[in-house]
Amino acid sequence: MTAQEVRLCGLLLQEHFGDVVENVGTHLIRNGVLTLRALAHETKLALDLVKKSLCVLVQHGMCTFGPGRRGPAGPVEYHINCEHILHMLRYPRYIYTAKSLYGDTGELIVEEILQRGQMTMSSTVKTVADRLTHNMPEGQSMDYNEVVSAFSRLVETHFLQRCPPMASAESSGTGSAETPPAVTQPSNPESHPDCYKLPYISLSGHGKRRRSSEDGEADQRAAKKAKTDSSECGDEGIHWQVNFERFHLHFRDQAIISAVSCKLDQTSGEIVRTMLRMSEVTTSANAAFTQALSANEIFRALPSNYNIARPILDQYLTLLVDDPMEFVGKAGDSGGGMFVVNLHRALANLARATLESVVQERFGSRSARIFRLLLRKRHLEQKQVEDFAMIPAKEAKEMLYTLLSENLVQLQEIPKTPDHAPSRTFYLYTVNQLPTARLLLQHCYKTVGNLIERRLYETKENKRLLEKSQRIEAILASLQATGAEATQLTEVEEMITAPERQQLESLRHHINKLDSSENQVDETIFLLESYINSTQASR
Amino acid sequence: MAGMSRGRGRNQFTFNVDALGFGRGDSLPTTTHTPSPLFPPMQFQPVPLHTGEEVEYMLALKQELRASSKNLPFHIRAARTKRDVSRYSDKYQTGEPKNNTIEWSPDWSRLPKELCIKVRKPQKTITGTKQQLKQRPKVAASKEDILQKLETLEKEEVHSEEEEDEGKKKKQNDDEEEEPEVEEDYDEEELEDETDYIASYFDNGEDFGGDSDDNMDEAVY
Repeated sequence: MTAQEVRLCGLLLQEHFGDVVENVGTHLIRNGVLTLRALAHETKLALDLVKKSLCVLVQHGMCTFGPGRRGPAGPVEYHINCEHILHMLRYPRYIYTAKSLYGDTGELIVEEILQRGQMTMSSTVKTVADRLTHNMPEGQSMDYNEVVSAFSRLVETHFLQRCPPMASAESSGTGSAETPPAVTQPSNPESHPDCYKLPYISLSGHGKRRRSSEDGEADQRAAKKAKTDSSECGDEGIHWQVNFERFHLHFRDQAIISAVSCKLDQTSGEIVRTMLRMSEVTTSANAAFTQALSANEIFRALPSNYNIARPILDQYLTLLVDDPMEFVGKAGDSGGGMFVVNLHRALANLARATLESVVQERFGSRSARIFRLLLRKRHLEQKQVEDFAMIPAKEAKEMLYTLLSENLVQLQEIPKTPDHAPSRTFYLYTVNQLPTARLLLQHCYKTVGNLIERRLYETKENKRLLEKSQRIEAILASLQATGAEATQLTEVEEMITAPERQQLESLRHHINKLDSSENQVDETIFLLESYINSTQASR
Repeated sequence: MAGMSRGRGRNQFTFNVDALGFGRGDSLPTTTHTPSPLFPPMQFQPVPLHTGEEVEYMLALKQELRASSKNLPFHIRAARTKRDVSRYSDKYQTGEPKNNTIEWSPDWSRLPKELCIKVRKPQKTITGTKQQLKQRPKVAASKEDILQKLETLEKEEVHSEEEEDEGKKKKQNDDEEEEPEVEEDYDEEELEDETDYIASYFDNGEDFGGDSDDNMDEAVY
C-alpha cells in the first residue's frame, strides 16, 4: 500500500466510522496481518474498542480474518482489504446507477446494503418499504412484493450477491473432546454455487409509516415485534452484499459507449451498446475481448426504435473496425462478419486519452503535442522532437525539461562506447504508458486526500457558525411544528445577520465544490485503476 | 562528468554544449535563494467542474451518506475523557452505551468468537446497597424509620442477589439480557433517586443564556 493510499483510507474511515476505527484500520494497513492482542497493543486502545472496530470492519467486508501463522489452534489474524475502503469514495455513483437502472426502489435497496455492509433479504425489504412509505402521501403504503421483485431483479443481474458462507474447518468425527475451531474462514463469494440464488421467504405486508408524534413505547413495542417477525421469515444466515465487480463492469461499458458516441455518432454508440449487452453473460470479467458476434445477430438484437437497414449496419461496423481507436475488431467472416469489442485495448486507449488531457490542461497544448508524439513514436532524440513537433528549439527544450522534472517523460541513455562518454551517448526521450498511469493514479489519490482535508479544515474553521445555523433551524422547525405566528418566525430568522448569511452561503458553495471535485476525480481513478488491473490480468 | 576532465583541456566540455540550450557566453539563469512557493501561481487555469442533474444528484447523495453515517451504530466514539471535576450531570448525560456491547447485532456465526464482548454485569448493585446501608441511616429521622429502611434494604439485597444468579444463568445461554437489566434499572432508579422527576429531564444549565429570548420584557443582567 502506498503512502497516499494509506492516507486516503484513513481519511475515509474517519469520515464514516470515526476516529477509533480509523486508528485500528490504519494500523492494520501499515502492519499487514495482526492478531487481536497485537493490534490492541499497537493502537493503545481499550480491548473492547478494538473488538468493536473489528466487528464494524468485518461487517462491511473491509477486513477479513483467518487462521494465523500457527495454524488453526493459534490466534486469529486479521488483514485489511484496502480496495474495499477506497470503494467508499464511489458509493454515490453505485447508488445513482441503481437508481437509473431500477428506479427508486433499487436505489434504496443498494443504499441500505451499502451503508450496513451486509443484510438479510427480509430486513432489507422491510426497511426499504418503510422508507418508501414514509415518502409517500398519506394513506398509501409500499407493498413488500414490489420491493421483493426489485431485489430479485438486482440479484438476477448479479448486482447483489450472497456473502460467502463461512467454511469452518472440519473437526474430526471421533469422540475426542476437540473444541470446534474458534475461527471460520470466508471463501471467495463467486466460488459458492448458490451465490445468486434467492432464498424462499414468506414475507407479506406493507411498509409501516413511522409517526413522529408517537410515544417511545410504541417504537419499542414495534421493535420487539420486528425481532420476533424476522425469525419467521426463513432466511436466517443468508446475508447479501453489493457486488462491486459487476458495477465496475457496468461503468466500464458505459465509458466505452460514451467514448464511441463522442468520437463517431450516436448510432455507433447504440451498436456497441447492443454488442456489449449481448455478451454480458458470456464474457468473463477479465476477458480481453467479448465473444465474437455475427453481424446477423447484431442486426436482430438492435433495439426496435433504431430502424437502420442491414447495409447501413454493415457500413457502421466497417467504420468501427477501421477507426484508429480499435474499439471493435473483426474476428472472422462467417455470418456476415464476426465482430468483437476489444475491451482491454479500449481501456488502454481511454487511459491514454486521460493522460494526454492531463498534460494538456497542466502544461499547455504544445507540451501535449510533444507528449502525444513521444507516446506514438516511443523513443526520440531531442533534435527529432523539435523537428517532429514543429516547435522552436528553445521552447521545446524547456517543455521537455518541465515534463522530465514532473516524471511524465523519461530519459533513456544508449551509449556508443563502453565508457559512457556523454558526447558519444544517445539520449532518448520516452514515455511509458503503464508507469505514467500508475504515477497519475497516485496523484489522484493524493488529490482526493487533499480535497477531504481541505473540506474538514473549512468545516472546522466555521464550526461556530454552522452550529448556530443548525440550532436556529431546529428552533424554526419546532416553532413551525407547534404552529407559531409569522412574526415569531421572522424574528428567529433574523438572528442570523446578513454578513453571517453570506459567509454561510460561501461556505456551502465551497463545500459543494470540494465534494463535487471528489466525485469527478473518482471517475478518473476508476478509469486508471481499470486500465492497470486489465494489464495485470493479462500477464 | 563535466568536471572530471580537468586534466585534459580546461575549456572543453565532454558533452555537446549546444544541446543545453544556452551558449557559453550567455548568462546562467538566476540562482534561487528560497524554496519554491507552496502554492505556485498556475500557468493554466483548471477546467470548470461538470454540472448537470446527474452531478447534482450524486453530490446530494454524497452529503446525505456522510451525514447519516454519523448516526449509524457503526460510528464508534471513544469514551469521553473525564473532565477536571466530576459533575452531577455526568450521571444523566451518558452518550455512550452503559455496557461495552455493540449497539447492533451482527450475525455472530460469521465473526470469530473472540470479538464477542460479554456483557459485564454492572457492579453497582453490590456497592450501591453497601453505600446505602451506610448513608441511609444518617438521613432517617427516627429509629423506627431506620429499622424499616434496613429491612427493606435487606430484602432488596437478597432480591438483587437472586437476580444476579438468574442473570448469570441466562448469560450462559446467550439470551437477551433485557429482563434482568430492565428490573435492575428500576431498582437502581428507585434506590438512587427519591425524586418524582424524570431522569432524562435534567438540564444542567449550561445552555443558559444561549437560547433565544423571544419576549424581552425584562432586561437580563
